[in-house]
Amino acid sequence: MQLVLEKRAERSNTIALVSPLIAIALTIVTMVILFAILGKNPLLALHAYFIAPLTDSYSLQEIAVKATPLVMIAIGLSLCYLANAWNIGAEGQFLIGAVAGSWFAVKTQGTDAGAWVLPAMLVLAAAAGALYALIPAICKVKFGASEILTSLMLVYVADLLLDYLVRGPWRDPHGFNFPTTAEFDPVATVPLLIEGGRLHLGSIIVLLVVAAAAILLARTIKGFEIRVVGAAPRAARFGGFNANQLIILTFAVSGALAGLAGIIEVAGPVGHLQPGISPGYGFTAIIVAFLGRLNPLGILIAGLFLALTFIGGEQAQIAMKIPLDVTKVFQGVLLFYVLACDSLILYRFKLVSSNQQVTRGVG
Amino acid sequence: MRKSFLALATGLLLAGSVSATSAADKLKVGFIYLGPIGDLGWTYQHDLARQALVKELGDKIETTYLENVPEGPDAERSIEQLVRAGNKLIFTTSFGYMDPTLKVAKKYPNVHFEHATGYKRNPNMSTYSAKWWQGRYIQGLIAAKMSKSGVLGYIGSFPIPEVVSGINATMLAAQTINPNIKAKIIWANTWFDPGKEADAAKALIDQGADVIMQHTDSPAAMQIASERGKLAFGQDSEMIKFGPKTQLTSILDTWGPYYIERVKAELAGTWKSEDSWGGLDSHMFAMAPYTNMPDEVKKMAEDAQAAITAGKLHPFKCPIIGQDGKPVECKGGDHLDDGQILGMNFYVKGIDDKLPGK
Repeated sequence: MQLVLEKRAERSNTIALVSPLIAIALTIVTMVILFAILGKNPLLALHAYFIAPLTDSYSLQEIAVKATPLVMIAIGLSLCYLANAWNIGAEGQFLIGAVAGSWFAVKTQGTDAGAWVLPAMLVLAAAAGALYALIPAICKVKFGASEILTSLMLVYVADLLLDYLVRGPWRDPHGFNFPTTAEFDPVATVPLLIEGGRLHLGSIIVLLVVAAAAILLARTIKGFEIRVVGAAPRAARFGGFNANQLIILTFAVSGALAGLAGIIEVAGPVGHLQPGISPGYGFTAIIVAFLGRLNPLGILIAGLFLALTFIGGEQAQIAMKIPLDVTKVFQGVLLFYVLACDSLILYRFKLVSSNQQVTRGVG
Repeated sequence: MRKSFLALATGLLLAGSVSATSAADKLKVGFIYLGPIGDLGWTYQHDLARQALVKELGDKIETTYLENVPEGPDAERSIEQLVRAGNKLIFTTSFGYMDPTLKVAKKYPNVHFEHATGYKRNPNMSTYSAKWWQGRYIQGLIAAKMSKSGVLGYIGSFPIPEVVSGINATMLAAQTINPNIKAKIIWANTWFDPGKEADAAKALIDQGADVIMQHTDSPAAMQIASERGKLAFGQDSEMIKFGPKTQLTSILDTWGPYYIERVKAELAGTWKSEDSWGGLDSHMFAMAPYTNMPDEVKKMAEDAQAAITAGKLHPFKCPIIGQDGKPVECKGGDHLDDGQILGMNFYVKGIDDKLPGK
C-alpha cells in the first residue's frame, strides 16, 4: 500500500475555503510544540502573539500602520497575478515611488509651498511607480523578456539610486554625513488620524484601494477580462481579449500602488528619505497576495494577520523573552502550511496498492 | 472541553499578571539592539554589559531587550513597545535610533532614554559614546610598524564623523612611523553584514593591503585575513579566536560600568540628561592584549596607550593638515576640540580617497 497524490478531476471549492483555516490550525499546533520545547508556556505565548496585540488601541494602530504598505502593494500584485503577469519587483516600484515623492518634498523644503505639496507627492510617486513597472511589462510584450527576472533585477537598481541620492545630492546638510534627507516639512507629511498616535491617512487610502479593487474585479468588464486571461488564456483569445494590453495595464496599476505605498511610508511613519525604508515590504506583499488568495478582501485580512504576527512577535519578545527568530520561524511555518494545504485544492491523497501504481505509471 | 480550555487560559493569564505585579517594584530597564545578540561584535558587547548590569543589580532591576531592530520605520514602534511594557530607562544602542528615540522621548517625558553615539538630547534623553579614535591611534602606530607593503586596508561602515575620525586618527598615527603609508578604504554601507564585510576584506587584500582594519561589527574580515595569512584588528569585541595568528589587538566596547552607573542614578532618583563621551581614562572602551607582534612594537603600543590615558598624548594634536593641503583650524589649544572631532567631516592629508558625498 502506498500514499500518492492524485489530481482531482475538478477544483474542490470546499477545500479552497477550508484550506487557509487548516493551515492556521497546523501552524498553531506546530508553534505550541515549539514553544513547549523552548520551555515557554504555549498558552501565554499564543496569547502574546495573537490576543494581546488586539486588546489595546495602541497595538491596533500599530497593526494598521504595518499592514498599510503590505496590503496596498499586495492588491496591485494580485491584479498582475490574476492576469498571469508576474511582477516580482514591487519592492523596486515602492522605492522609486518613495524617491519621486521625496524629490518634491526636498525641493519644496523651507519654501512657503502650501497644502498641495502632499497630494503632488502622492501623484508623483504613483506615476513614477507605474512608469518603473512598465519597463519589465514592455520588455515582456515587445521582446518576450521574462518579466520575473527583469522586474526583480530593477529592485536593485532602485535600491542603489535611492542610496546614491541620500548619500549625495539630497543629504541633510546638518545630518553629520549620515545618509538621510532632512525631516520633511509638515505640509509634506502624511497627517495622523489620532493625535499622539501613529495611525495615518494612508490606512484610509488603503481601504479605498481595497474597495476599488473589489468593485473592479467583481463588477466590471475589465475585471472579468483580467480573470479570464489569467484562468483561461485560450478562451480569452477567442473572446478577443488582448493579453498583452492587460500585462501593461496590470503592471502599471501595481507599480502605481507600490509607489504610492512607498511615499506614504516615507512621508508618514519615517518622516524623511533614508536607505532601509522598506524591510522587504515588496516581497512580503507577495506572500500577502497569495495568503489572501488574490482576493481584495482576503488580502486585507492576510495583511492584517501578517502585521499581527510582527507586532505580536515583538510583544512576545518583550513579555516572554522569546527570541525574534521564533517570529521568523513562525511566518515561515505559516507560509509552508498554506502552500502545502493549497495543493489539496487540486490534488488529493489516495491510498493505492503498489502494483496498481505500476499500471498507472505505465498507462 | 472548550470551557475547560478557557478556564485554563484565564488561570494562566491571571498567574501571568500576578507575577507581573510582583515584578512591578523592580526598575524595568529596556535595550534596543541593532544586530542579533550573537553578532560577536557591537550588539554582543552591549548585551554583555546588560548581563553585567543584571549581575550587579539583578535584585533591583529587570531587563528586557529587542534585538535585530532595523534603523528604519520599525524603530520608533519598538522603542515605544518597551515604554508601554513599563520600562523606565531605555538604552537605544545605535546611531540610527536617534530621531526615533527623540520622538518617543518627547511623547513620554517621564521615561528616561540613553542614546548611544548620537548628538540630539532632551531633558529626558542622554547620549553616550566612547572616544574610540584614541584606540584607533594606537592601532595606526601598530599597523604602520607591521605592514610590509605599506598599504593598510580599512573597511568603513558609514561616512559619519565617528568613522571618519577613526580613519584620520589611524592615518595620523601611521604617518608618524612611515610618512608614505597608504590606506585603501572600502565603504561597506552597513554595520553588520558578514558577507559584504568578507568581500571588502578580500578586495582590500587583492589591492595589496596586508593589515586589515574595520569599523564594521562582524569577525568576517578577521577570518578572511587569517585565511590569507595577513594581519588584522578586531572590532568591538575580542576576536582572537577567529584569528589566533592574525589579531594584533581589538578595540573592546566596555559599556558595563556606564550602564551600572546610569541605572544606579536612576534608582537613586538622580538621573539627569547628560552627554557622556569617555575615553581610555574613563574605561568606556579597552584595548585587547597586543598579540602577534614583536616585543618592541608591543612596548610602543603600551607606551602610547599609557600616554593617551594620562592625557599626555592627544591623537589630534595640531597642526593637522587637511586633504586639501591647508591646516585645519585648531579650536582646542594645541589639539582639535571635542566638537571638531564629533562633527569630523574631512580627511587628513595623505588619505588617497574621496570622502563620500564630498
